[in-house]
Amino acid sequence: MHDLASLTPLGGKTPKTDQIGAIGITEVTTTALASVSCRMGKAQAFATAATALFGGPLPGPGQSTKGDPYGVIWTGPEQWFAEAPFDSHEDIAKTLKAGLGDTASVTEQTDGWVRFDVSGATVVDLLERLCPVPARQMQTGAATRTVVEHMGCLVICRAAGAQFSILAPRSYAASLHHALVTAARSIA
Amino acid sequence: MSQTNRIAGGLIDRSQTLNFSFDGKTYQGHAGDTLASALIANGVRLMGRSFKYHRPRGPLTAGSEEPNALVELRSGARQEPNTRATVAELFDGLTARSQNHVGPLSFDLLAVNDLLSPFFAAGFYYKTFMWPKAFWEKLYEPIIRRAAGLGSLTMQADPDTYDKGFLHCDVLIIGAGPAGLAAALTAGRAGAEVILADEDFLLGGRLNSETLALGDQTGAEWARTTLAELASLPNVRIMARTTVIGAFDHGIYGALERVSDHLPEPLPGKPRQTLWRIYARRSLLCAGATERPIAFENNDRPGIMLGGALRSYANRWAAVPGEKVAIFTNNDDGHRTAADLIAKGVKVAAVIDSRADAPRIADCELLAGAVVTGSTGRLGLRFVKTRTADGRERMIECQALGVSGGWNPNVHLTCHQRGRPQWNAALAAFVPGGTLPPGMLVAGAANGVMSTAGALASGAEAAVATLADLGRKAKPADLPQAEDAPVQITPLFHVPGKGRAWVDQQNDVTVKDVKLAHQEGYISVEHLKRYTTLGMATDQGKTSNIGGLAVMAEMTGKSIPETGTTIFRPPYTPVPIAAFAGRSAGRDFRPTRLTPSHHWAAEQGAVFVEVGMWLRAQWFPREGETTWRQSVDREVLATRKSVGICDVTTLGKIDVQGSDAADFLNRIYANPFAKLPVGKVRYGLMLREDGMVMDDGTTARLAEDHFVLTTTTANAVGVYRHMEFCRQCLWPDMDVQIISTTEAWAQYSVAGPNARKLLQKIVDPAFDISNEAFPYMGCGDITVCGGLRARLFRISFSGELAFEIAVPTRYGDALMRRMVEAGREFDAVVYGTEALGVMRIEKGHAAGNELNGTTTALNLGMGGMVNKKKDSIGSTLSEREGMNRADALNLVGFRPVNPADTFAAGSHLIARDAVANAANDQGYLTSVAFSPNLGHTIGLGLLKNGAARKGEVLRAVNPVQNSETLVEVVSAHFIDPEGDRLRA
Repeated sequence: MHDLASLTPLGGKTPKTDQIGAIGITEVTTTALASVSCRMGKAQAFATAATALFGGPLPGPGQSTKGDPYGVIWTGPEQWFAEAPFDSHEDIAKTLKAGLGDTASVTEQTDGWVRFDVSGATVVDLLERLCPVPARQMQTGAATRTVVEHMGCLVICRAAGAQFSILAPRSYAASLHHALVTAARSIA
Repeated sequence: MSQTNRIAGGLIDRSQTLNFSFDGKTYQGHAGDTLASALIANGVRLMGRSFKYHRPRGPLTAGSEEPNALVELRSGARQEPNTRATVAELFDGLTARSQNHVGPLSFDLLAVNDLLSPFFAAGFYYKTFMWPKAFWEKLYEPIIRRAAGLGSLTMQADPDTYDKGFLHCDVLIIGAGPAGLAAALTAGRAGAEVILADEDFLLGGRLNSETLALGDQTGAEWARTTLAELASLPNVRIMARTTVIGAFDHGIYGALERVSDHLPEPLPGKPRQTLWRIYARRSLLCAGATERPIAFENNDRPGIMLGGALRSYANRWAAVPGEKVAIFTNNDDGHRTAADLIAKGVKVAAVIDSRADAPRIADCELLAGAVVTGSTGRLGLRFVKTRTADGRERMIECQALGVSGGWNPNVHLTCHQRGRPQWNAALAAFVPGGTLPPGMLVAGAANGVMSTAGALASGAEAAVATLADLGRKAKPADLPQAEDAPVQITPLFHVPGKGRAWVDQQNDVTVKDVKLAHQEGYISVEHLKRYTTLGMATDQGKTSNIGGLAVMAEMTGKSIPETGTTIFRPPYTPVPIAAFAGRSAGRDFRPTRLTPSHHWAAEQGAVFVEVGMWLRAQWFPREGETTWRQSVDREVLATRKSVGICDVTTLGKIDVQGSDAADFLNRIYANPFAKLPVGKVRYGLMLREDGMVMDDGTTARLAEDHFVLTTTTANAVGVYRHMEFCRQCLWPDMDVQIISTTEAWAQYSVAGPNARKLLQKIVDPAFDISNEAFPYMGCGDITVCGGLRARLFRISFSGELAFEIAVPTRYGDALMRRMVEAGREFDAVVYGTEALGVMRIEKGHAAGNELNGTTTALNLGMGGMVNKKKDSIGSTLSEREGMNRADALNLVGFRPVNPADTFAAGSHLIARDAVANAANDQGYLTSVAFSPNLGHTIGLGLLKNGAARKGEVLRAVNPVQNSETLVEVVSAHFIDPEGDRLRA
C-alpha cells in the first residue's frame, strides 16, 4: 500500500461542497472512470463481453446506465465511459481490460476529469445558464457532451430535474467550480 | 408643481411615488412609468439634441423604436449613453442627463450647426473635409465626433455582470400583444413547451395602450387575466423585459433579458442582463407594428409625436404632453387618438386629415383634405401651420401634435435570413414575404392583420398551424369579441415644402437629403442609406426607412416596391457588448488550467506564466534573488550539476490503442514507428499534409497494441483533432482508438546527473532503473512509494540524464512533495519553464519557436527523419522543389563574437558588409537565452544553408530595437553534443 496522499481536483484534502440557495454543488472524487472503445470488427464479441461485465446492454447515444458496480455512459461512436466506486475499483482500467480482452481498448480516465454533482429544485435553471443541453427535457440517465464556459464537459442526468453530474477535464476544476458557483448565485 | 401633465387613469401604480432627476432637476413619477412618460407627466417635452444639427428634440414614440429621446442613464461607472427614455423603466433615484449639447439643453452652443446646415447636407464629410488629407484624422474627425456624438462614455469599467443562457422550446412566441397572447393561450393549453417573450415590462402590447374592449373587459384587463392563466401553466415560460434580437440558423433565436435594468443596481450576485440563446422548434412572430410619421417642415419639434404614442402616454401612462393637442393623419387610426384624448378630457384642437373624404370619428373639428405644413415654438411646439383643403394657411395652437402616417408591420425578424418583405398596397406597408426563417410563422399586425379581432384570431390560428406542423393537435383558444375595423389609408409620406422636413430624426436626414442622394446617383436603397446615414444608429430606421424609400420612389417615378425594400439585420434593438461577452470578461475571459503541482508551486511563491490556458510555474524565486535571471540561472546550474524536477503535465498525452495502432502512427509520423519495441520510446516528427512540420513529441510503446504519444503543450488539442480526423475520415478501416489522457497523469521530468539516484528513492525496489535495465529511451509501468501504479519514461529535453515519471493526477501533489524531500540530499531544485527553455536551447532542441508552421524537417536539421520507405502524411509534399533548395534555411546555433554582447530572438541575420534589408536577409533567430553554463548569450536560428556555414560571422540585426550584434555560426548543440549525459 503506497503512502501518497491524494488531492481533490480543487486542491483540497476533502471534496468541496457548496450550498447556494437551493443549489448544492459537490465535488465528487469517489468514482473511478475508464474509457472503453470497441475494436474494429469486434462488435459482436464486445457486446457480449460488455453485457456480461456491466450486467446489461450498453447505453445508446445520449444515454447512460446505472448498475452495480458499473455505470456506463455513452460518450461517442463505439465509445463509453465506465464508472465504479473508487475505493473498490481504483485500478478500473486493468479490471475492465481483463473482462473485455482484445474486443476493446480501455484507458484509465479516473483522474482525467473533475466531477461536480449539482442538485436542488432550481438545478435546471442553473444548467440553463451554463450549457446548451436541454436540461429541462433530460430524463434520468440522459448524458451528453457539451460546453460550459468554453470547457468541454460531459453532463449526466442522475435524477430528472433534480440532480446532474458535470464532468470536465480535471485541470479546469477551479474554473468550472467558479462557473457553477457564479451561476448558482445568479439564480439564488 | 409636480406632474402637471398627469391625467386620470392609466396603468401606473400611484401608490408608489418615485423620485428621479433629469439634467440635475428632480421630478416625481410612479411605478410603471418610463423615463419618457414621467418627464411628459412633469411637463417636460425637450429631452435631447439631435445628432448633427443639435436641434431640440422630444420623444417621437413611446417604445423601442425611439429615434430622439436618447439620454445618458445613471451615473458613475454605470452611466450608459444612448438609452432610450421611452423604454427606460423608472425607479426611485434614477438619474439621467440629456446628451449632445454644449452648455444647457435649452441653449446648446452647437445649435449653430443648425444655422450652418447648408454646409452639412448629406455626404458632407465626403466632400468637405477631403483636404488637406492629414487634417482628417487630427482635426476634422475629432471636431465632428465632438459635435456629432451620441452620448459619452465614462471610461470606467462596467461594474455589472452579464449572464448567458440557453433555452429550449417547442414554440417561441415573439411579442405578447393580442396575437402573441392568443397564440400562447392556444399552444399553452395544448401542452406545448412555450416561451413567450416581450421587450416590455408590462405585457399586452397595444392592448395596454388602447381603450378598445375585448368582450366585457378592457384590453389591458384581458391581457392581465390571460397572462395569469399562462403563468399557471408549467409548460409556458413568460419572459418580460426580453427582446428577441435575432433569428439565427437552425431555429436559434437570440434574446436579451434586462434582468436588473429596472433597479438602481443589480442585486448582489445577479446579472444586469442575460443573453439567451433559444433553441425553438418553431417560432411565431407576433411583433406588432410600428407607426410611421409624415414628414413636413419642422416636424421634429418637441411635442410632435406619433399618434399611437400619444395614445400610449395618455391611456397607459396617464400623461399628455400639452393641454391642447392636434392630430395629423392620413388614415382612420389617427382619429382614434383624438377620440381617446377627448374621452380623457384633453382638448383636441383639430384633426387634420390629408384625405378629402376623411370620416368624422372624434368629436372635434375636422380639417379634411388638409395638411400640416410647418410648426413653430423654439424648444417645444406652440403652433402648427396647416394648409386647408381650400389652400388657405391656418395656424393652430397646440402643445402636442399626434402624427399618424400608417403602421408598418414589424417584419424585422423575418428578414434575418434574407427574407424580403412584400409591399401591401392596401396597408401601404411592407408585410413579411419571401422565405421566412425555417419554422417561423407570422401573426397579427406583424403580418399585416391590423385589427384587434384579426390579431387575436390570427395568433390562435398560427399556433394551431404550428402545433400541427409539430404533429400536435390543438384547438384555437376561445377569444373575446373585439374591434375589427379595416385599415383605411391614403398614403402620404411627406408634405411638399421648401423647408427642412425630417425623414430620419435620429440621423438628421431630411427629405432634401434623400433628394440630393437621388440627384447624385445614390438611388439604390443601400446606397441611400450609406450616403445619407438614413436608417443607421440605435433605432435602425424603424420610423424612417419607409419614408426615405417613399421619397426616393417619388424621385425615380417608380413605385415603392420597385424602388426597393428595406431588410433588417440583427439585433432588433441595441445589445451591450458586455452581454455578448457574458461572464467571459476580465480574468474570466477564458478558463484556466492548473497543473497537478500548482498548489505546491504557489506555496513556494512560484511566478506563473500563461501557456495557452495553462498556468505554469515560470521560475521559483528564492530568498535573496532579486531578478528572474538569478532564479533561472540557479535552476539551470543546479539541474546540470545535480538534479532538477519540472512539472511537464501540460504536454499533451494521447492514448493510442488497437491492432493497427503501430501502422497508424507510422502514417501520421514522418519517421518509422512500426518496429518500435515494447518498452521503448521514440521521438516522432509529425508533418502537415503540405510537408511542413506540425508538431513533435515522444511516443512510448507500452504494449504491442498500446502506445502513449506526447505532443507539445500548445498543439495538444490540434494534434488530437488531426489524429481523430485521420482515424475517422482518412483511414476509417484501421483498428485504432485514441483518447486524451493529458489530465489523467501528473508527469514530472527529473533531470540531471543525480536523477536516477533521486528516483531510486521513489520507485519501488522491484523495478530496476539502472542504465542497463532501463536504458535511454526506455519506458514501462512501475510502482512508486509502496505500490502506486506509475509510468516511467527515460527521455530528456534538457540533455541530461533524465526521466519522466507519471502517477495518477490525484497523487501528483504528494509525489512532488516526496521528490523534493528525497532530493534534498542532492540539492535538488524544482525548475520552471524559463529554465526548461534555457536548457533546451543549450541542447539545441527545437520547440514552438522553431515549429512555427513555416519550417520543414529539412529546416530543422531533421530532413533524414522523413522516411521514404513508407508513406506518411506530408512525406510526398515535403519533396517539393522549393522546400529542398540548396540555400534552404537550416537550424544552427549562434554565439556573440564578443561574449559580453547580447542579442534578441527575432533578429535577422545579415552579412557583415551588407545593407540590412529584406533582400539581404539570410535568416533569423528563433530562440535566444543566456546560458549560465557558458556564461554568455546563445541562440538558435534559421540560416540559409546554415549547416555549411559554421564559423562564419554575421550580424544579428534588430531594427525594432535599433541594435545589432556580431554573431558566430556554431552548432545548435551547445551542451554535450555527443549525448553522453543523457545516456549515462
